[in-house]
Amino acid sequence: MELRAEGVSKRFFRNSKNTNYFYAVKATDFVLPAGKLTEITGRSGSGKSTFLNILSGLLEPTEGKVLLDGTDLYALADGPRSVLRNRSIGVIPQGQTGLHSLTVLENVKLPYALYGETAADETAMALLEQVGIAELRDAYPNELSGGEMRRLAIARALIRKPGILLADEPTGDLDDANTQTVLRLLRQAADAGTAVLLVTHEREAAAYADCIYHMESGVLTGETV
Amino acid sequence: MKIETTLAYKNIKGKPLRSAALILLAAFLALSIFGGSLIVLSLQKGLNSYEERLGADIVVVPNEARTKGNVESILLQGIPGYFYMNTSVLDKIRGMDGVEVATPQFYLCSSKAGCCSTAVQIIGYDPETDFVIQPWISNAYGDNLADGTLVLGNHISMPVDRTMTFYGRKLQVVAQLDETGTGLDNAVYANMDTIRQIMDDADAKGFSYHSGVRTDEAISSVMIRVKDGYDIDRVTDDINIHVRRIEATQAKTMISSIAGGLHSVSHIISVLTALIWVLAIVILVIAFTMITNERKKEFAILRVMGASQKMLARQMLTESALISAVGALLGLILASLIAFPFSNLIRARLGLPYLLPGAGVIAALMLGSFAVSVVAGALTAAVSARRLSRCDAALVLREGA
Repeated sequence: MELRAEGVSKRFFRNSKNTNYFYAVKATDFVLPAGKLTEITGRSGSGKSTFLNILSGLLEPTEGKVLLDGTDLYALADGPRSVLRNRSIGVIPQGQTGLHSLTVLENVKLPYALYGETAADETAMALLEQVGIAELRDAYPNELSGGEMRRLAIARALIRKPGILLADEPTGDLDDANTQTVLRLLRQAADAGTAVLLVTHEREAAAYADCIYHMESGVLTGETV
Repeated sequence: MKIETTLAYKNIKGKPLRSAALILLAAFLALSIFGGSLIVLSLQKGLNSYEERLGADIVVVPNEARTKGNVESILLQGIPGYFYMNTSVLDKIRGMDGVEVATPQFYLCSSKAGCCSTAVQIIGYDPETDFVIQPWISNAYGDNLADGTLVLGNHISMPVDRTMTFYGRKLQVVAQLDETGTGLDNAVYANMDTIRQIMDDADAKGFSYHSGVRTDEAISSVMIRVKDGYDIDRVTDDINIHVRRIEATQAKTMISSIAGGLHSVSHIISVLTALIWVLAIVILVIAFTMITNERKKEFAILRVMGASQKMLARQMLTESALISAVGALLGLILASLIAFPFSNLIRARLGLPYLLPGAGVIAALMLGSFAVSVVAGALTAAVSARRLSRCDAALVLREGA
């Protein structure tokens, strides 16, 4: 599965003396290939998270298209686009993203439950084993550490075996050991054929990436292999 | 179970204090609308029943009735009273133009002393001419009341041996009447001969109720039905002019004074109910808005996982509908625990005819109150749900990171 951005930009309005808007992402072409871990680095506020959200179908671009295997995401209504995101795009958002009323296991199975399907306990448990929090299956998110919560988000993003995996600062505020664990998991996903995008400003991530882009002031530059 | 319902249930369970506060508010909505409507309907039914039971166009009582507990107190509130006039009044009235039927009633109080089973109003009527009490009694007891027998109002306890003693005279209870929601429920009924015998017994025991009127010539009131084509106002005036020491009143005047009281009480109840609703809905809207702000991140996470805007709105509405449903159920139970066991107390406090509607009407009222409360509760969350479903998930996650 391949995710492609064609001439994508995002403009936000704001009160200013000179102009009433600014570009968080300037016209960008980009391809996220299957089986590769692509990294985008950049400082805070450079536009990389905005770009990731555009790619995930959550934030409509001001101009341009996002194509998932040829399907224009933003030509779809919210309902079908949401279904497509649920089936094909796994997103690991920034911060702590467990739903507090559900256990770890219920959180991981939730992407299936959203559309009336049931994930097998074995599948969910295998993922929890893989990310190393199987013993916490019945715990609630407020009982987890930051690293455990991030691993929960990874397991949840992978449960539907999506073709695309988008991770937004998945190692932010984690210690070294947990950072390595998370990066290793993303690498494994890419090796299994998933198109993985990692947005981060962690230097250690470079060792796991196949391609590295840099974003500054909304402009995506360079590709290092 | 649908995911919206599952998540709503888990959220309600996960925040017990917040949920309890919202449920309580929803309970107030249901309690006020059901309780208020029940009281208004009961008053209306009570008035209809009173109108039906009064059954006459004109009521004639002696002037002294004004001071010795007037006829309205006896009929409406069940306050025991007595007053007498000579039967010659009845003869005069019967001979007047426009009077179709005139029938006497006789009021006597039993005493709390050892002579009597209980202190109640005893109402005597003439089965030969009566058109007010007899039709009502016929519903409960097919025959005419024989001498020495009684029929009980609905609120008088039926004695185990089906007898009652007044001033030493033992009387057989033959039936109990349907409820009217008026003071008539607190009285016992006998024919004219029986009640005169009781009065003689009272005399013999030293209870003197009638001053200067012989028992066999005494009556308390005359109920009159006016002939078709005659003006009731005019017949009333004629009676007041031509018959001395009495007061003739149109029954509709008695009804309209009660209807006025009923209108005032209904108005107060409606205003109070409206105030409770406005207050509760404002609080619910504020509460749901606060919850919405608190839960933006949770909904953003669901969006990231592929939940559509409609799904999020549905979840919010499901949650508020569940809370409202539990609250409405609680409110209806609370209202029932107050309205049914304490209906006599409510009637006594209101001082107006009060008769609970039938089971079918109550069930429909409960169902309606439940539905209205659930819909109102869900609607208060609708604005928040709409706002929440349209919030920018990407921005929320960045802000909350």
